[in-house]
Amino acid sequence: MFSFCTDPSVLPAWQWYACYLTSGTHLAFYWSFVVVIMLLLLAAPSALLVGFGGALAMRSKFLPLNMLGRGYTSLVRGVPDIVFFLFVPIAIGQGVEYIMHQINCPDWDQPIRQGNDFIVCRDAQVPPRGSPSWMYNAWGFLLALIAFAVVFGAFVANTLYGAMRAVPKGQIETAEAYGMSKRQTFRRIILPQMWVYALPGLSNIWMILTKATPLLFLLGIQDIVYWARELGGAKTSLYKYPHPDWRVWYFLVVLAFYLCLTALSERFFDRMMNRFSVGQATSGGDRQNKGKKKAVATAGETAA
Amino acid sequence: MRTCAESFQGYILRSLGRDYGERLLPRGLDITFCDQLFLIGSGMIWNLYFAVMAVVLAFSLATLLAIGKFSQNFFFHKLSAWFIFVFRGSPLFIQFFFFYSLFVLLPRQGIEINLLFTTITANTGAFRTATVGGLVVLTLNTAAYTAELFYGALRSIPKGDLEAADAYGLTGFTKFRRIVWPTMMRLAWPSYTNEVIFLFHSTTLVFLSAFPARQQSGEALYYARYFVDQTFNPFVAFPIVAFYFIVATILIITLFSFGNRHLNRHLPQEVRPKIRFKPQYLR
Repeated sequence: MFSFCTDPSVLPAWQWYACYLTSGTHLAFYWSFVVVIMLLLLAAPSALLVGFGGALAMRSKFLPLNMLGRGYTSLVRGVPDIVFFLFVPIAIGQGVEYIMHQINCPDWDQPIRQGNDFIVCRDAQVPPRGSPSWMYNAWGFLLALIAFAVVFGAFVANTLYGAMRAVPKGQIETAEAYGMSKRQTFRRIILPQMWVYALPGLSNIWMILTKATPLLFLLGIQDIVYWARELGGAKTSLYKYPHPDWRVWYFLVVLAFYLCLTALSERFFDRMMNRFSVGQATSGGDRQNKGKKKAVATAGETAA
Repeated sequence: MRTCAESFQGYILRSLGRDYGERLLPRGLDITFCDQLFLIGSGMIWNLYFAVMAVVLAFSLATLLAIGKFSQNFFFHKLSAWFIFVFRGSPLFIQFFFFYSLFVLLPRQGIEINLLFTTITANTGAFRTATVGGLVVLTLNTAAYTAELFYGALRSIPKGDLEAADAYGLTGFTKFRRIVWPTMMRLAWPSYTNEVIFLFHSTTLVFLSAFPARQQSGEALYYARYFVDQTFNPFVAFPIVAFYFIVATILIITLFSFGNRHLNRHLPQEVRPKIRFKPQYLR
């Protein structure tokens, strides 16, 4: 990075650290923080989407769809989710290859599961054989994203389902009295109002989601944990920057990163809650209303 | 190929170590369904050990932390609040890594503590094993989560109860023991049940890469991952783990509902709070 970094062994301490902390592997370490945030920003909307679908399925009057929604949410909630994080990527990876195999190689006569191997024809491999390594990384990331969407979608579905039911009955009855159809009631009355009821649950899920991100490591992605272990481990004098076992410090940094993320998210959700409570028939909304009236009253007094 | 009875004999206690069954785990094509069922079941011994020990050890710590967070004393409040924030605000997965790398730095021989007349040797080497080190991390973690629950319960103890205690002339520790603590437990019990389930689920994280599994003795998910690596088939081992955990979850709920009944025995049947399965899923 810096021009004086050619021979680190003769540098004074601060320059040595400056070089050390900007080495290529460290830049990869910093990049992995960006990957985590990227995963979060992609996983949150996809989980919300899956969860919304799940909640609609749970509300559905059509029995099979209803059972599917309920079965999905209760299954995911009853089992440790690490099991799902390990299961879903492998299962989907194999499933996609199986389907590709059926499409691309219909005349393949050998079974796909031979003993303990999972063998598909050349054209069915995902990503295609000989792809550059970034394709493999991207595919791994996509599978991880799907796993997050499946697991957290179930939690979101449950929360949104509860939120939709929490919208006051009177509101819905009024909508019906105005002659709105079921669909119109849902779109105009329930959908805009449900968020204030869903927000506490959703913020809780977001917190859990942020804390689930280090599990990327288990899926073989070079994430924060991978680099912290790699960089922190003791380096002999064969390396450019020899040092003893510094893993504690690296994990301390990772720990601090997550604590900051939690603290920031807490602030953010507090603000959101204030925003959404405006004009709502909840205790929070009520309090805001009163505050406003009082402010108006005092303003009137001072003016008078 | 082994028969089912043979794999039962060979593997049902294998998670305790090499001396309690077959020396080697089944490999490759030699793996039968019963092997998977019993070896993963054997791993549940460790899940049970971690969960029970952590819940028992964390209980008093959690009570202390909750009181600390509730107290008016600035120092105690800050201390407890920070402890709870640090352990609830960061992933358990990272906590395992952090504490493992911390424990590795402790001298292997143990630290000699000089107590004027005698010296005792603290066996710090044991912290590198999951049995002790992993348990410590789990205990601290669940103590923080439980403390937050107890703190919430402490804050919602009905004012009337406390006034009644004052009227009876109860003060200090007697008041705490007879009024505050039982009411706190009663209020916190349903969410405490969920916390225990949640802790039970997170015992699967112990052997995930930080703490080593000596002699290939690990918990249920460790063996499930082993089988998936060997057979490259996730559709058998993972459902077995899921099955065991669903059974365990149901057992915990049953067990804790007895406690719930006991705590609420003075209330009429229909006002008693019910335990609902609503865990927080993941730390």
